[in-house]
Amino acid sequence: MSFALKFTAAAVVVLAAGAAFAQKGETVKMVRIDPLTGLLGPVGVSQLKGYQFFAEKFSGKGNPAGVNFEVIGMDNKLSPTESLNALKSAIDQGVRYIIQGNGSSVALALSDAVSKHNERNPGKEVIYLNDSAVDPDLTNSKCSYWHFRFDADTSMKMEAMSSFMVDQKDIKKVYILGQNYSHGVQVAKYAKETLARKRPDIQIVGEDLHPLAQVRDFAPYIAKIKAAGADTVITGNWGSDLSLLVKAANENGYTGKFFTYYAGVTGTPTALGTNGEGRVFQIAYSHYNMGGQMDKWMREFNTKYNDDFYTGSTIRIFETLGAAMAKAKSTDPVKVAAALEGISVKSFNGEVQMRNLDHQLQQPLYMTVWQKADSKYSYSPEKTGMTLVPVKEYPNYVSSTPTSCQMKRPG
Amino acid sequence: MEFFIISTLNGISYGLLLFMLSSGLTLIFSMMGVLNFAHASFYMLGAYIGYSLSQVLGFWPALLIAPLVVGALGSVFERYCLRRVHKFGHVPELLITFGLTYVVLELVQLIWGRIAIEFKPPAVLQGPAFTLVNDTVSGLRMVWGAASAELCSAADPAVRVVCSPFPATRGFMVLVALTMLVSIWLLLTRTRVGLVIQAALTHPDAVESLGHNVPRVLMLVFGAGAALAGLAGVIGGSTFLTEPSMAATVGSIIFVVVVVGGMGSLSGAFLASLLIGTIQTFAVAFDYSLLGALQQSGLPVGAAWSSNTLLTMKLSQVAPILPYLFLVLILIFRPKGLLGTREG
Repeated sequence: MSFALKFTAAAVVVLAAGAAFAQKGETVKMVRIDPLTGLLGPVGVSQLKGYQFFAEKFSGKGNPAGVNFEVIGMDNKLSPTESLNALKSAIDQGVRYIIQGNGSSVALALSDAVSKHNERNPGKEVIYLNDSAVDPDLTNSKCSYWHFRFDADTSMKMEAMSSFMVDQKDIKKVYILGQNYSHGVQVAKYAKETLARKRPDIQIVGEDLHPLAQVRDFAPYIAKIKAAGADTVITGNWGSDLSLLVKAANENGYTGKFFTYYAGVTGTPTALGTNGEGRVFQIAYSHYNMGGQMDKWMREFNTKYNDDFYTGSTIRIFETLGAAMAKAKSTDPVKVAAALEGISVKSFNGEVQMRNLDHQLQQPLYMTVWQKADSKYSYSPEKTGMTLVPVKEYPNYVSSTPTSCQMKRPG
Repeated sequence: MEFFIISTLNGISYGLLLFMLSSGLTLIFSMMGVLNFAHASFYMLGAYIGYSLSQVLGFWPALLIAPLVVGALGSVFERYCLRRVHKFGHVPELLITFGLTYVVLELVQLIWGRIAIEFKPPAVLQGPAFTLVNDTVSGLRMVWGAASAELCSAADPAVRVVCSPFPATRGFMVLVALTMLVSIWLLLTRTRVGLVIQAALTHPDAVESLGHNVPRVLMLVFGAGAALAGLAGVIGGSTFLTEPSMAATVGSIIFVVVVVGGMGSLSGAFLASLLIGTIQTFAVAFDYSLLGALQQSGLPVGAAWSSNTLLTMKLSQVAPILPYLFLVLILIFRPKGLLGTREG
């Protein structure tokens, strides 16, 4: 009896000691559900390459937990329904970490599905890592414990963008153009709200929503913007919807400013060319000229794939996940999710923190402008000879916005 | 004013691109009674083949050769597939062209990849064709090519100057479509070939007994229709975007054009494509909504109404569905189409 007791105690000690490093050498399988075909396919394809590139960099000794990362892509054709099918097949394959970014419509569906799945299947929980979907609802009214956002949401970006516009006295008439789905609607809403607060003298001369990834010809919209007399366009458009818009603006002689979220994303630099010089701005958490290690990675990525790396969230997902797994001493999503809450890591541009209130990463934002690449800002996307040069940096506290999230934590 | 002119030109040029596509479709339908679902696929093939050829030979030779290649492919399809199922009636014919759309789509994705390719127009067509200069003092003027910077900026800040360039690619599109329209019309009405084609349309047995090879005529017409779609593809692909879903997006629109214009009527297709092109372009420009109309008419509008999404929806937002709405209305009130001759 006493022997059995001693043996059990010893076994527990040994197991506990073993468990401290149990995650080491484990392979963490991740699936990225995103468009790999269609008009917005080029964006998803380029980002998937980024994940595979950095999975290699951050595996093994690259992260404090010593785990290996493996990322595979599944095509969702930008459809929420297809995404849910992909989620199901990923879960059936035993994948516990889901990544998605393009399309807040997809993100809202995935976040909801993941929460429901976790509630119904204890022991098989899944974590959803969101790298680019910026609808504020995801971390406010529709927040979920299993969802973690690494991009800055629309309210944060608008906060920074309008702070910048305060000093731009030549902006008088603004036109808001967006894609007709949750993201475009939120951009319009927050743009009007923040501008009314910070620059009440600015007149909103027009507002339009167009179908997502359907419009081939933006000439009618440009004609309308010109007729409205707008000197500035604010748009949350991305992928082909931004590059075709800019192309139409160039062809039809529109000379106003563009305030964008995603000027640096696949296809848009080429469409901008030298025409957009000095009048196309981008607000983002990263840019092409971060310098240091980031610069080396971007150049290596460029040589390897002949493509540009712009989704800095990719790096932060691996950094944060590695730190959380080391802290949790496990790759079990339940423990990792708990460890992710409130975690701080030192990233490529300083300290970033996953706010535990709503799972929104708190991070600095950059206002950049499209201009010629020079010796100081030398990285030129898509061989355009141009680049995005930072004009203003906004530390975490400027862009941080309050949340209405009432997080339901398990247990 | 310059807004109106530029929008009209945009609408007309888009409408004429639709005409280039639907003329082939309506020609094939009137000749063979075959509703060719794969017509937009030939348009896509034209764009991709044109792209590949332009990489080797340059744009202008590609503009000539690509339609010929697509036309040859169309003739081969007619000769070896369509003709075989012809004896089983119209439904198998319809189904085989429907199947072809999937085959072409997958083939294009296999050969050229799933994402958009960069098909640039030649340097000559990259600038503006002409520029409208409108200033508050001297009014509206037109300048060929690009307007100089000093022309577009006023020294006096009180004078407002607006420069509206019209892209050369669109001008070229208009030019090609009009040339095509005139030559088809001349071919059909002024030549022996045209007479045989027209006769084969209405009296195939009589034409055959006169010694003409009607099946060959049909093959050539199908090939010519495909070639016209291929030509539209090279122009449309370089002006807008070359990617695998380009067939699906115009596919549904050209059926609208053909039905609205009247099945088998070339002039109807011309009228309908101009109409749909301009409607779609101008709809984007107007912010009218049902709610606004109600308020204008002096009806009391409650708070619940002004937040109703259907009532507040603007015309610019529903622009993409207008052609289909138009299609339904035409089918209800004038099933034979605007200029069609036969019922239903």
